[in-house]
Amino acid sequence: MFLFIVRRIFFAMVLLLAVSFFTYMLFAMLPSDPAALTCGKNCKPDVIAANRIRLGYDKSLLEQYWLFLKGIFAGRDYGTGAAAFSCGAPSLGYSFGQHECVTTLIAQTFPVTAYLSIGAFMLWMLIGISTGAIAALNKGKWQDRAASIFTSIGVSLPTFYIGLLVLFSVVIWLRILPFPSYESPFDDFPVFLRTMILPWLVLAVLSAASYTRLTRNGMLEAMNEDFVRLGVAKGLTRRIILRRYVMRQALVPIVTIAGLDFAGLLGGAIITESVFSLPGMGKMSIRAVVESDLPVLVGTTMVAAVFIVIANVLVDIAYGYLDPRVRVK
Amino acid sequence: MTSMFDSVREDGVAPNSAESIVGKSPRELAWARMSRDKVSLFALGVIITYLLVAALAPVICAVLGISPYALDGNALNDYGLPKGAFGGISTEHWLGVEPGTGRDIFARLIYGARASLLVGILATILTTAIGLVIGVVAGYKRGWVDSIIGRFMDVTLAFPSFLLIIALTRPFTQRLESLGVPEGNPARMTYIILVLATFGWVYVARVVRGQTLSLREREFVEAAKASGATSRHIVFKQLLPNLWAPVIVIVSLSLPGYVATESTLSFLGLGLMQPAASWGVMLGDSVRYYRADPTYLFIPGIALVVLVMAFNIVGDAVRDALDPKADRQNLL
Repeated sequence: MFLFIVRRIFFAMVLLLAVSFFTYMLFAMLPSDPAALTCGKNCKPDVIAANRIRLGYDKSLLEQYWLFLKGIFAGRDYGTGAAAFSCGAPSLGYSFGQHECVTTLIAQTFPVTAYLSIGAFMLWMLIGISTGAIAALNKGKWQDRAASIFTSIGVSLPTFYIGLLVLFSVVIWLRILPFPSYESPFDDFPVFLRTMILPWLVLAVLSAASYTRLTRNGMLEAMNEDFVRLGVAKGLTRRIILRRYVMRQALVPIVTIAGLDFAGLLGGAIITESVFSLPGMGKMSIRAVVESDLPVLVGTTMVAAVFIVIANVLVDIAYGYLDPRVRVK
Repeated sequence: MTSMFDSVREDGVAPNSAESIVGKSPRELAWARMSRDKVSLFALGVIITYLLVAALAPVICAVLGISPYALDGNALNDYGLPKGAFGGISTEHWLGVEPGTGRDIFARLIYGARASLLVGILATILTTAIGLVIGVVAGYKRGWVDSIIGRFMDVTLAFPSFLLIIALTRPFTQRLESLGVPEGNPARMTYIILVLATFGWVYVARVVRGQTLSLREREFVEAAKASGATSRHIVFKQLLPNLWAPVIVIVSLSLPGYVATESTLSFLGLGLMQPAASWGVMLGDSVRYYRADPTYLFIPGIALVVLVMAFNIVGDAVRDALDPKADRQNLL
């Protein structure tokens, strides 16, 4: 098991290296000049040229990529003399759009995304697994149909639509809550809760839908397995069979997808953050797209990729715990 | 649909008393189970209706004398909002008119179905085709081919796809236009379909690979090999027919997802552009009038939910029907 984990982590590192290379090259190939974006429209050519040298965009692509990689571990200094500044390690570059180190920007926006993701994740696992279990135990009855309708609505409606619908109905039509304005939970906890409750619910209900489906189908499949028949034949109680055999098998695919979904969310819930004006990483990356702020895009992509890769490793380890057949291999 | 199952004897052939126990193929069993389920048959009907309406949208509009592009100032009041209750629903405009322009919403809805379904269907076909081929090859060849494909899948999965889809829209649409794809909506549609397939094939390939790995060890593959079948025969005639069940389920899930992604991109201003209609364009447009014309907000949304619900019900029914253990009695 230990060797397995070490090998997985090594592969994860190689994977991240590959992702960073592709990301850097992909964005570098875009037809926009990062140096020209460093100052406004009435910029003199010599300023652009100076900025190009200062930010390292005069070097070859491979050299730029090498400096980017080095910056992650050793930090990075820009320019010389009085105009010099530096971004400490781990440096993901310097945003010319916001005149700030990318790492600092991510550190500012990440907590918002993390609060949103954690709250939504706990809610959706609760809603998804319990409705899925109810549907499976009542297969073909009205509970099953109701769960199926819930699933369909959840997986079909785009997040922006449901989000706006909820925002309009609760905030504007019914006036139950004021318009969301984000506050850190350490500054003003009631305002924080009031702001987060809608995005939590929207994200949770939308994501719970596919978990309902997975749980239902997984449990139905597990109930038909021979080991369940054996359990029944042995005279085990329904409760024990459901908990120890059925749920355990049904949870395996759910753990995989839950890990990846949660990691994906940590990389920025782009639409939810935009709809509810939450100053998280997703909203920042949308702004970066609009402003062609390449360093921010590369930085957020990398952070998102790190979460996905970490989740992959954790999922693999959890597999071994949940499914004994994997451990034997 | 029936041609696929035309060997089925639903109730016609009376069982010959001498051989009253007739073996049924798995496909026959599945169809028999599915036709017992009236709700999923209805859902199948809904999907077919949507497809027909989308395909025949120009004919329907011509017969009814409506157009998705014609402006109708008479249907609007002085503020540019639809006259009458519920967004101007009348015998002339079945679902009301668009605020600001007075275009007929019903006409735009069925024309929008064309664009949305086209994107969804083409992206699904492309995704499934790529995923099937790569998944079968990886699972069947195993060894270094499988390792390389596996690593490639890992890299693809590690990218935050939605962020990249958004970030790359403008430059890649321009690139497509410079390659000769007609400017504007055709280029944007092509980009959406290609980018959805670029990130989507992995999900199909993963499932197909897993299924292939277990199928290739089964007796019927062994038998085919022993009788001298080529790899080509084994892949196309032995393995592929057994992969349809999981693939149908993935398709029933991913097609609605693609339709939803198209609408999100259109909402962000990165998908199709006015005056073309798609459900995404309509959803994005309707949220601007949420206060003045709430009816408009619900029409494209309901159209989308009904279609997706139908896909989900059919997908579930197919999954249940193809399950060889489905007729076992449930002991719990």
